[in-house]
Amino acid sequence: MTGDTLNNFILPILYMLAAAGFILAIKWMNSPATARRGVVVGEIGMLLAVVGTLLRFDVVNYQWILVAFVLGTAIGIPVAYMMPMTAVPQRTAFSHACGALASALIGTAEYYKGINQGPRVTTVEMTALIIETLLGFLTFTASLMAFGKLQEVLPQRPITYRGQNFVNLGVFAAAAGSGLALIVAPEQTYLFPIFTALALLFGILLIIPIGGADMPTVIALLNSYAGLSASAMGFVLDNKMLIVAGALDGSSGFILAVIMCRAMNRSFSNVLFGAFGQLQTTTAAAGERPVRSASPEEAAQILEAARNVVVIPGYGMAVAQAQHKLREMADLLSKRGVNVEFAIHPVAGRMPGHMNVLLAEADVAYDKLREMDDINPEMPMADVALIIGANDVVNPGAETDPKSPIAGMPIIQAYKARTVMVIKRSMNPGFAGIDNELYYMPNTIMLFGDAKAFVSSIVKELGALARA
Amino acid sequence: MGAYEFDLWVFMLAAFLGFQLIRGVSPLLHTPLMSLTNAISAIAVVGAILIAGAKDASTLSRILGFCAVLLAVLNVVSGYLITDRMLKMFKRREPGKK
Repeated sequence: MTGDTLNNFILPILYMLAAAGFILAIKWMNSPATARRGVVVGEIGMLLAVVGTLLRFDVVNYQWILVAFVLGTAIGIPVAYMMPMTAVPQRTAFSHACGALASALIGTAEYYKGINQGPRVTTVEMTALIIETLLGFLTFTASLMAFGKLQEVLPQRPITYRGQNFVNLGVFAAAAGSGLALIVAPEQTYLFPIFTALALLFGILLIIPIGGADMPTVIALLNSYAGLSASAMGFVLDNKMLIVAGALDGSSGFILAVIMCRAMNRSFSNVLFGAFGQLQTTTAAAGERPVRSASPEEAAQILEAARNVVVIPGYGMAVAQAQHKLREMADLLSKRGVNVEFAIHPVAGRMPGHMNVLLAEADVAYDKLREMDDINPEMPMADVALIIGANDVVNPGAETDPKSPIAGMPIIQAYKARTVMVIKRSMNPGFAGIDNELYYMPNTIMLFGDAKAFVSSIVKELGALARA
Repeated sequence: MGAYEFDLWVFMLAAFLGFQLIRGVSPLLHTPLMSLTNAISAIAVVGAILIAGAKDASTLSRILGFCAVLLAVLNVVSGYLITDRMLKMFKRREPGKK
């Protein structure tokens, strides 16, 4: 077999099979029953594409590639197995950073290659290359910032200053402007480092005003950018498989971001430039209104007497690592004939699907995890709504108070349950700093304490009740 | 039809296909979906190999290509493994156990 046969006939077919594998992989993600099969076809697809590429006759220099493969695998395997599930949002942000940086570096190498030796870069190639590097570099720093905020190395509260949007737009305009100048005249090599620096800077500035509660949208958006960058690389290399894989990733991230925005009744621009969560000063004297509270013992008795219990988890559950104790509680209750279900708001947690993964890890069967729209009509039938570490996603103010910062945001209608129990450290308002009327309602009982410790006490009390 | 025009058509169709496919994914699996698509887009490793392995590559190209291969392989390996690790956790109720 000559190199030509491989390059011209076999390789395109391998690439096409790989793309088909990626499409099937995503298609099979629509059900937990087929999803693992999806991962396998995705892996096979990738294997075909990589082996095919390595066999290309214009790839001659293997030792560096081999070293990189070994190193990447050596780091990747422990990362994958040792990472705790609570760190999934950070890991996702980190992998967006890696992917974006990879395609930005490839773009950079292509640029210098084209300038120094290749045939003159065409305007079309240069446009794709600039899009690839712009998105790649800005997603790199933005994802690192998101990683820092999720890992709590950086403050989670949005940081804002006067004229921030003006500065951000200015930097973006400068980056886009230098990119445009490079497209028009690619040989201005002095511009490329400036363009790179501006793109990197913009990524940092973009995330500074983003608060933790907006992370699900931002992570999804960064996922989309990283994919689009890879797709742009496909245009530079005229490689359809890369275009398809990047477009799938790009559209996936975009759709998730749209779903997250809708679940908060906010627009993209509002998320990116709105700096949510700086209103905490407006709620004065919130702690002075009377609330009802209860001990773990009383809470256990109420739960035990219920027929339908709906648990509504939020980021606080993840922080307290309460999911395992929560599952124990649900098991004990189920044994006593109580129907326990979990209601998951689309933006609960720090990334799309965050709560589902944590509860699945704690061995909660996935048919017990219900979506917001699915469970809301059943909320009036719930005897107890147990809210653990969630706040804004159950705030009735979103439905009733048009002046509320979260007005119009769809919520899980916990207030419709016969009894509402809220596990909370104190009466401090939640992340978005918005007071929650739910806490003052006559059928609400506050359970003050650390989420995990409180649920453990409930589990103990339920055990005692079972023995009595 | 020029190469880039053809590429644009491919992109457009793939993006629409993506929209349709992702809409079918239950919110239950949004986290593994994100880590799966991230692993898939790490197919950029193909571009990185072409840069790092080319016969006449400059030192700069080699270094950049090496880093890109490393980062992309890291994403491929950890992306697929983590996705599978997460998916393994999603279980239905065991039969016979209420």
